[in-house]
Amino acid sequence: MTTKLFGERVQRREDPRLITGQGRYLDDLGQDALAAAFVRSPHAHARIRDIDVSAAVDVEGLVAVYTWEDLPERVRDPLPLLIPHPALTHGRTAYPLARDIVRHVGEPVVMVVARDRYLAEDAASLITVDYELLKPVVGVEEAAQGVHLVHEDVPGNVGAHMIQEVPSAAGLGAREAIDAAPHTLAFRLDIERSASMPLEGRGVYARWDADDRSLRVYSSTQTSTSVRMAVAAKLGLPLPSVEVIAPDVGGGFGVKIVHPWPEEVLVPWAAMLLGREVKWTEDRREHFVSSAHERGQVQHVRVGFDDEGRVLGLDVTILHDHGAYTPYGIIVPIITSTQLLGPYRIGAYRVEFSSIYTNTVQVTPYRGAGRPQATFCMERTMDKIAAHLGKDRAAVREANFIHPDEFPYDQGLIFQDGRPLIYDSGDYPESLRVLKGLIGWDGFAEQKERAAAEGRRIGIGLGCYVEGTGVGPYEGGHVQVTSDGRVHVSTGLTSQGQGHETVFAQIAATELGVPLDRVSVVTGDTRRFGYAVGTFASRAAVMSGNAIALACRKVREKALGIAADALEADPRDLTIEDGEVRVAGNPGASIPLATVAVLSNPLRYAFDEEAKRATQFSGAASMDRPPVAEGEEPGLEGRDYYSPVRSTFASGMHAAIVETDPETAEIRILRYAVVHDCGRLINPMIVEGQIHGGVAQGVGGALYERMAYDEHGQLLNASFMDFLMPYATEVPLIETAHLETPSPLNPLGIKGAGEAGVIPVSAVIASAIEDAEGIAVDRMPISPSELHDLRSRAGS
Amino acid sequence: MSETTGERRYAISLTVNGTVREATVPARRLLSDCLRHELGLTGTHVGCEHGVCGCCTVLLDGEPVRSCLTFAVTVDGREITTVEGLAGPGGELSPVQRAFTECHALQCGFCTPGFLCTVTALLRDNPAPTEDEVLEGISGNLCRCTGYQNIVKAVHRAAELTAEAEGGAA
Repeated sequence: MTTKLFGERVQRREDPRLITGQGRYLDDLGQDALAAAFVRSPHAHARIRDIDVSAAVDVEGLVAVYTWEDLPERVRDPLPLLIPHPALTHGRTAYPLARDIVRHVGEPVVMVVARDRYLAEDAASLITVDYELLKPVVGVEEAAQGVHLVHEDVPGNVGAHMIQEVPSAAGLGAREAIDAAPHTLAFRLDIERSASMPLEGRGVYARWDADDRSLRVYSSTQTSTSVRMAVAAKLGLPLPSVEVIAPDVGGGFGVKIVHPWPEEVLVPWAAMLLGREVKWTEDRREHFVSSAHERGQVQHVRVGFDDEGRVLGLDVTILHDHGAYTPYGIIVPIITSTQLLGPYRIGAYRVEFSSIYTNTVQVTPYRGAGRPQATFCMERTMDKIAAHLGKDRAAVREANFIHPDEFPYDQGLIFQDGRPLIYDSGDYPESLRVLKGLIGWDGFAEQKERAAAEGRRIGIGLGCYVEGTGVGPYEGGHVQVTSDGRVHVSTGLTSQGQGHETVFAQIAATELGVPLDRVSVVTGDTRRFGYAVGTFASRAAVMSGNAIALACRKVREKALGIAADALEADPRDLTIEDGEVRVAGNPGASIPLATVAVLSNPLRYAFDEEAKRATQFSGAASMDRPPVAEGEEPGLEGRDYYSPVRSTFASGMHAAIVETDPETAEIRILRYAVVHDCGRLINPMIVEGQIHGGVAQGVGGALYERMAYDEHGQLLNASFMDFLMPYATEVPLIETAHLETPSPLNPLGIKGAGEAGVIPVSAVIASAIEDAEGIAVDRMPISPSELHDLRSRAGS
Repeated sequence: MSETTGERRYAISLTVNGTVREATVPARRLLSDCLRHELGLTGTHVGCEHGVCGCCTVLLDGEPVRSCLTFAVTVDGREITTVEGLAGPGGELSPVQRAFTECHALQCGFCTPGFLCTVTALLRDNPAPTEDEVLEGISGNLCRCTGYQNIVKAVHRAAELTAEAEGGAA
């Protein structure tokens, strides 16, 4: 069937505009807008004594200068705490412009608006801020000692403290289970900070229409609907008077889910106040010091296990560095602590985290969102158990796997959506079997010996994870067939390169039986769809994909009803193929969907030839019922929502072979293999692309990327010169295989795929380096000089 | 500062994508900003403003350069090709553009114009690059989405498409 497109490697609908320079990213818009620039704090912790703007006021083209004192009610209030949680007892958010105290380098202090960005920066450079320096609090362990405080009213710098405990089947707590176990181990793990680092930074462009008192805001955001609500609330505007559009967005990876950013409030406010279009485009240095980071954690682990390596008790204590503010709550450490168990059935589990303030950039989700740390912890634990028992690392994992007949499997924890952590489906033993075959696990010992004989050090490692994807609360889809036979799909969540226009079109084309080129998809535009949550947590395909499918099914049912009347057929005998409703077994009897769309909307006025069919004297309508029957609506369109009872759980396993240079300690990834299971695939090409990108970010996190803060809270590597992201030369060939274990939770049987690739990479690379070197690797990322230091300490 | 009394501006003339374009810019205006904001060619993107990411790569007299490290006044009279000028006169996509979409070598598309310009020059100079030559050739451009897997494939595919087209023409 020509219209069966679900599951096909369809080329992307987005590409033609993006490869010809016709994309519309934030800074491509508003060419005549005024430009905003910000004076940002050069200090990690200081009190503002005075702000002197006098030297700036003579700059040609200067339009306005604003400090916190200039901001009106609501606009001047602290930014919202987006995800409150009972354990977040001391949540704090920033003011849009600093009020009295700055708490990290990069915090905005003064906003400047000028004719263009050059002039705005000229003026910003002439503004002098007099600071009284306060003691910076840097490093999560130092901060946790609470000697100096980031917020005067937050004792011990502890924003949140949370414990979850799942006893064993026999009712033992984790600590008792560990004490009673035949073997125990205790160790510490460290993960450094990294960041989403999309190649397009953040940006906001606002137009105020003084005639109809409405505001249009464009933002490079992962959630236009929620930015809209936040802006309307901050500016005191009725919601229908504010529209927010996410144009083409040059990557998000989590950082752009945070909102409203100071600039998302201030730029629209200034546009209203000045009656002029205003735009702010973040530069790279601003992105490093003023957006968000992630990953930094210190973990203390105790584990008890039996002779087979089965985990009887696991006790993990996490120190999580959340930076200066907590606008996104404690989602990251919640995810770390709940996704830590991976594909395993663990005897008893206790996890405790403290989420700690430091005078550094705030921490909010970056692709993986706490899972890379969780997987690092669990998988390092598995490797240490294997080493302790002298067992094969894959065998130890296998001994702990949840088996396919145990689903749904309740881990006994509360997940990031506030709902029980119940795995819906999966086949972990099969994933491992496929992975071992792909990487050549069983034959590796000989390969390693042969390499050793040549004086080369190689090692193999693996890592397994489970990822809760497709979190609620909901997404919606709207589908309209117009009288030209075209299908217009919209959904409220946003796109940052995932290919939503393509996969959602595939879903709609499949559900409605129309050719793909008749379907167009709009995302992230509140003018088209106002109810949405956003793009994060590998949820877009699951949430909007299913919502669009359900909306299409409504449209299909309606189309079949109208066509049945027109064709005098039983709706159950009708199919839609190639955009035509056909009577099964009667090739002559058909009606184009375009005509069905015309008939769906009874008309008084014929605006074109086709429309005549729907007018009152066409003879088409039954005289026995009103033109629009009770319970019906005019038009061939449908809207529906998908709201899952809980998350769906994708899974995967990665393996790598690395080579370490005996002299230089350089680390090279020779092979990288991925087995991935995200349920049914809508477009395998796009899923593979997501995995590739995730693995590359994982390689960055494992070997290169870190945020180098000094003791003063200065970020020493806030540029692409010094923050090392992988180029093509650093990413190995990625070999992939898919399993498709459908989710029983949603109509399409799909699970999320966006974050998966990044999750286990640090664990896998650590495992492989450890295998090559015979030295424990407990801290990531690892550079050649750090490996060299490890060797020196180990005396090898 | 001189800005307080107005900046001196310079009239320059550039041949961009085959068309002569005039602009009047201050000495400090970057070529990237001149293309994007004076000439409205927003396909050239700016990702780092210090010459590392390669998003702003354009062809200057045929050679790839970082337009964010180039002052517009220094290229007065020169020829520039941007992503908007890679397709043929009738809008037919270049082999590099076709290969990028065929191989799914872009996701968010922000780095793509820089890659397309870089690869166009790479294949002109070396029509059949080896795997190592491809990696070397694109190792000055960052992509945060694709993990480069499909970009590498696309470069080889573009080489194939170019060879096919030339074979067909011969």
